[in-house]
Amino acid sequence: MELMGEGIRQAFWLLMTGDPEVLRIALLSLQVSGVAVFFALLLGVPLGALLALVRFPGRQLLISLVNTGMGLPPVVVGLFVTLMLWRSGPLGVLELLYTPAAIVLAQVIIAAPIVTGLTIAAIQQLNPRLRLQLLALGASRLQLFWLLLREARLPLLAALMAGFGGVISEVGAVMMVGGNIKGQTRVLTTAMVMESRMGHFDAAIALGLILLLLTFAVNGILTWIQQQKQGSS
Amino acid sequence: MMENLLELREVRVCYGPQVALQVSSLGVRPREILALMGPNGAGKSSLVRVLGLLERPTQGEVFVGGRRVSYRPAELLSLRRRMATVFQEPLLCEGTVTENASLGLRLRGLSRREAEARVAPWLERLGIAPLAHRKARTLSGGEAQRTSLARAFALDPEILLLDEPLAALDPPTRDALLHELEAILREMATTTILVTHDRNEALVLGDRVGVMLGGEIRQLGRPEEVFACPLDEEIARFVGVETLLPGKVVGWAEGLAAVWVGGVKILVCAEAQPEEKGVVCLRPEDVNLTRQQGPPSSARNHLKGRVVKIIPRGFQCRVILDCGFPLVALITQQSREELGLREGIEVFASFKATAAHLIRRAEGGK
Repeated sequence: MELMGEGIRQAFWLLMTGDPEVLRIALLSLQVSGVAVFFALLLGVPLGALLALVRFPGRQLLISLVNTGMGLPPVVVGLFVTLMLWRSGPLGVLELLYTPAAIVLAQVIIAAPIVTGLTIAAIQQLNPRLRLQLLALGASRLQLFWLLLREARLPLLAALMAGFGGVISEVGAVMMVGGNIKGQTRVLTTAMVMESRMGHFDAAIALGLILLLLTFAVNGILTWIQQQKQGSS
Repeated sequence: MMENLLELREVRVCYGPQVALQVSSLGVRPREILALMGPNGAGKSSLVRVLGLLERPTQGEVFVGGRRVSYRPAELLSLRRRMATVFQEPLLCEGTVTENASLGLRLRGLSRREAEARVAPWLERLGIAPLAHRKARTLSGGEAQRTSLARAFALDPEILLLDEPLAALDPPTRDALLHELEAILREMATTTILVTHDRNEALVLGDRVGVMLGGEIRQLGRPEEVFACPLDEEIARFVGVETLLPGKVVGWAEGLAAVWVGGVKILVCAEAQPEEKGVVCLRPEDVNLTRQQGPPSSARNHLKGRVVKIIPRGFQCRVILDCGFPLVALITQQSREELGLREGIEVFASFKATAAHLIRRAEGGK
């Protein structure tokens, strides 16, 4: 119990004094996961909309794949990205392994199926007759996609939150492809693992608190937006 | 002959083995209001989707303005933009009443200002101008459906499709909107196809009415024709005939047929051959009830019967008589009291020969 109390006291000290290393780690986490979620949305929302709205052969299979992907073990993703980026691997020439870009890549692979799957669900929960009405009003295919996404934007925010939550707290893949290099690829989760292994519980607790705070803040803001819209309309 | 603005030829819509719609030919004339009525599951909504080019029929061809629809995406879009559809549900989007009513125009590339200028008179006309800046989600059912109608009318469509537009509304709202809709449709003279399960709506709005049953258009004609002279018993029941009496023609002279029904002779204005079989149709509102054998009137048929059952319904009640066969009459609660009608007593039923209709088994029967 004393260990924890001391750890928490130390953690607050680190946070209050604004330890530069801790801040850098937190900022990198936010940046990497933010960029990854951005790309995941860029891929996942149009793909999800397409899978929800257009019937074509193989659609069921693709949806099953996406749903499987939502539960993809991050360690497997880490291994896959490592193999791809390995010096002798197919993308080795890019020399991306152990860089933030590699972390982004792994996190996109983890988050994109989550965003895609939740986009499919968000669009499918809309009244199916709304689609007919919009077509009857003279919507082109592109206009239809846009209007339906606009109608589904509250559940799409949930997709965004789930995607962000999935990657900011992820450790296995990030460790494998980033390598936890100080000042370069050390993010909150990998730093926590390292600090607690070394017995620096104060630092680990401080990092853990920041991680909790970050996820809480991001989700809090998004939830607030969601509830605002619900209430005002 | 006028060229049809919209036409179906040998159209079938199937879902798996089930045939939802089967129309060998249907022509919609420019500027007419065609009202198709039928019970749930008669294929009405499928028909609207096919006519609105929202669904490609499994078989058959659709013509718009005399040209066959090829279902190429670009062609579909430009044809759909000449039409507007209002469904049973208002199906509004996020945003205000004005934004929703402007949607069709905005999709056609009009600026917000242009669209809103064209929408404003329709909001006024439909009585929702004070709600222009309200969020669509806060509207009542009637207000939302008015918004949906404004959204369609603002497009000034060449073809207007109405799929049960009033069915989801409560009765007072429905009646009010029906009369406004009638006035607007007459004034706009837009080619309109209305499908409804409500006979009254079809009768009020339709220049021509059709009866849909089991995915087919079974009868199509002027409203008075369809309501007075149904082609078969199923159609007769749908258009409100409650007494259907199978019988045999025993005599015919000068447009008047005598039909022998369950021991009674009924006179019907109809063409008929003696000895042929047929079904006499009678609407309950055309039957008059008296306690004594009444004074001579224009009614050619007088039957004695016993009251079997009285079913009150609002200000009216249905009286079921046993005249050797069941006969249904519809009278007001007031005349029920004046006549002192009770179950078990004897009354006289009279109706005109012109009120009865004869379905001739030889040609109309199946």
